Amino acid sequence: MSVPLEHDYIGFSSEIPPMEKTSEKVKNSNVVTEDDEERRSMRATELRLGLPGSESPEKEEDKTGFVKTSFTVSSGAKRGFSDAIDDSGKWALTADADLQKNGVLFSPRCTNGEKSVVGPGMKEVPKSNQEKKPQISTANGHGVAPAAKAQVIGWPPIRSFRKNTMATNAVKKDDDLGSVCLYVKVSMDGAPYLRKVDINTYSSYLELSSALEKMFSCFTIGQFGSHGNLGRDGLSESRLIDLLHGSEYVLTYEDKDGDWMLVGDVPWEMFTDSCRRLRIMKSSDAIGLAPRAIQKCKNNN
Amino acid sequence: MAYSFPVEVLEHIFSFIDSDNDRNAVSLVCKSWYEIERWCRRKIFIGNCYAVTPRIMIRRFPELRSVSLKGKPHFADFNLVPEGWGGYVDPWVLAMGRAYPFLEELRLKRMVVSDEALEMVSKSFKNFKVLVLSSCEGFTTDGLASIAANCRNLRELDLRESDVEDLGGNWLSCFPESCTSLVSLNISCLGSDWSLQSLSALERLVGRSPNLRRLRLNRAVPLDKLANLLRRAPQLVELGTGTFSSELRPDVFSNLSGAFSGCKELKALSGFWDAVPSHLPAVYTICSGLTSLNLSDANIQSSDLVKLISECQNLQRLWVFDYIEDSGLEALAESCKNLQELRVFPSDPYAMEPNVTLTEQGLVAVSEGCPKLESVLYFCRQFTNNALFTIAKNRPNLTRFRLCIIEPRTPDYITLEPLDAGFGAIVQNCKELRRLSLSGLLTDRVFEHIGTHAKKLEMLSIAFAGDSDLGLYHVLSGCKSLRKLEIRDCPFGDKALLANAAKLETMRSLWMSSCLVSFEACKLLGQKMPRLNVEVIDERGPPDSRPESYPVEKLYIYRSVAGPRLDMPAFVWTMDEELALRLS
Repeated sequence: MSVPLEHDYIGFSSEIPPMEKTSEKVKNSNVVTEDDEERRSMRATELRLGLPGSESPEKEEDKTGFVKTSFTVSSGAKRGFSDAIDDSGKWALTADADLQKNGVLFSPRCTNGEKSVVGPGMKEVPKSNQEKKPQISTANGHGVAPAAKAQVIGWPPIRSFRKNTMATNAVKKDDDLGSVCLYVKVSMDGAPYLRKVDINTYSSYLELSSALEKMFSCFTIGQFGSHGNLGRDGLSESRLIDLLHGSEYVLTYEDKDGDWMLVGDVPWEMFTDSCRRLRIMKSSDAIGLAPRAIQKCKNNN
Repeated sequence: MAYSFPVEVLEHIFSFIDSDNDRNAVSLVCKSWYEIERWCRRKIFIGNCYAVTPRIMIRRFPELRSVSLKGKPHFADFNLVPEGWGGYVDPWVLAMGRAYPFLEELRLKRMVVSDEALEMVSKSFKNFKVLVLSSCEGFTTDGLASIAANCRNLRELDLRESDVEDLGGNWLSCFPESCTSLVSLNISCLGSDWSLQSLSALERLVGRSPNLRRLRLNRAVPLDKLANLLRRAPQLVELGTGTFSSELRPDVFSNLSGAFSGCKELKALSGFWDAVPSHLPAVYTICSGLTSLNLSDANIQSSDLVKLISECQNLQRLWVFDYIEDSGLEALAESCKNLQELRVFPSDPYAMEPNVTLTEQGLVAVSEGCPKLESVLYFCRQFTNNALFTIAKNRPNLTRFRLCIIEPRTPDYITLEPLDAGFGAIVQNCKELRRLSLSGLLTDRVFEHIGTHAKKLEMLSIAFAGDSDLGLYHVLSGCKSLRKLEIRDCPFGDKALLANAAKLETMRSLWMSSCLVSFEACKLLGQKMPRLNVEVIDERGPPDSRPESYPVEKLYIYRSVAGPRLDMPAFVWTMDEELALRLS
């Protein structure tokens, strides 16, 4: 039914897919019946929550066969959401205080064809909310340049320990390495917890290092403050690249023999074959590594 | 009235009541029953460690002997939950160490366990008996050494599928010679490199454990050691072998065969790493007694599998690779009429082309031939609505049905239609269905069927399915018994979620990743529902650095009386009253 679309890193499509059928359904479905509200004013005094549908709504089938639900609102509740579902089925965001500050455009990464800004006071919403919403990532939308076969994280849903069993089995056959998952732990000096990456989803050192930069960016810069500016992808990325490629950290890995080597010295395939874990190390600690890596290569040749 | 019975009598009566639900019901009868019950409850199961705090648990149940905790959401098994998310057991162990000196059992699933916590367990509880660490991580063999050394009465040490860092050393030798109480030892997740000292420590340990009933070895234990172990433990009921391959020497084979025939109580077999088909007949003598066979670590092909399985007439549970193929499953359907559970795993899921002939036919055959089949996990590459109709018709007694068609959004390969009708038949016919995982091409219609018919469904897993919010709406409004809902890569958004907010308090948890739930909706939900923790997990940076209508990467919502947790990493934000004020 749906064709996988091209996606950028965040998972937004570059085209808006046709979703008229479902949008029609959605339009007819969200009807607040005012008389229901009055009928339910008694119930409104109960200790209930203010959100629509917070008690089991009585359902009536309407002509389209879709179950219409009536929303109840208790007196003291913030009516923001129920206001939003108005008769015409449009879902408008109310001009609440928390929207006022959002004069921010989508980040440049969003390549939606249409203007997709949702700013303050924007009640005018296209007829289908779904059309504006960014698309979900599909099987190809992993965001990294595809390896031999593009792999979606966590799909098919197989436990890691099984994959590692399969990995050893697969390597015995003449499979391209890209068809096998290889999760390695990545630790960073000073970070409170480590991460895991599947190095077979990358096909070059550049991809691996930029993925790691994104993953660990929150540690090197510190917590993003509440100022929106720091969160801009462009700014944070360039700062991080400076940190990683500049002086502070180097990327190292532990190989099959248990030795720690600098990443980048050997061809990529050799690296994925022998890498057992990764460590982002402070440059000052990594001084002894380079000569050994070269020495080892010489020994292996 | 309650005071017509002395407390001691009521306590005695309550001691026969074991199930959690019954205990909970007892505690609701009246205040005095609540009080009596809470003092005599010995066992507790906490399905989400963040739903409650150690302090609350201890305050209500001061005399527990057995605690079970679960941490990370299920999708953590597939690497969808970033490392560092949470699920730390240390605060629990700290609190229980002080409050429950007589604690005997600790069962953890998907939690992060440190060596310090293990050491604390080993030293705080004098009568500690059972430690089960299922899919846990964060600890090393040093932590295991503390357990081995200090738990004098240890009965069970079960590390099933945990991620243990092997620091070498020889932790098995830390079990004192005086330790003879072991009943169950599962170390199958440990590494494949072991020293000779470790192996001999293992042999001695097994030799001095006359009550050992369950032994699951790791890959490091070579085949020629297995016979020795079996001879020292002929009373075993469950065995997981180590590596099942070696040079084919006749004496090894006959030794092994003899050892197996000595184990007359064996009911369950697993392990079989690197199994060589010619070695398999060594187990034939005990096959007729087997009820459970797990070959999901073995690369055995169809014909050898069939030979083995046809010896196991009493099999109730079979886990196997898709090497078994349709033909093997047909043979299974012929020989194993007591089969209750079947799991078929993919041997090469990332291959572009199928490497085996495993299709919907295999599962249909089993559904026809095995009248007691109630639990299915099946990975394959193609399916049809007709096959699902047949399975549903044959097996209305299904309670767990998980079908994974490997390529997302794959339609019925004959009609090219979505598989809505097929899964609809499953939920309509299988009235006792408690767990369901969907796959293939699916529209909102399948969710309409599920919402209408799956009234006993407790856990539902959805991926790459649906067209709109309607899908989610049907599930949340229709599935009365739903406790756990996990969704990935579906176009479900704010409307359905917000319209069914109250439903979320009746469930344990909801996971949604790569869907269309906006940050604004998350904030609203968090503000309005104080007894829900609404966690936004987003590795792109703080959600307020993007417009509010932007979807969040991942969303985990669970009911809790503990309030927002305090141990969140940098990429997790809890939506609550406070956050909304801070961000506005």
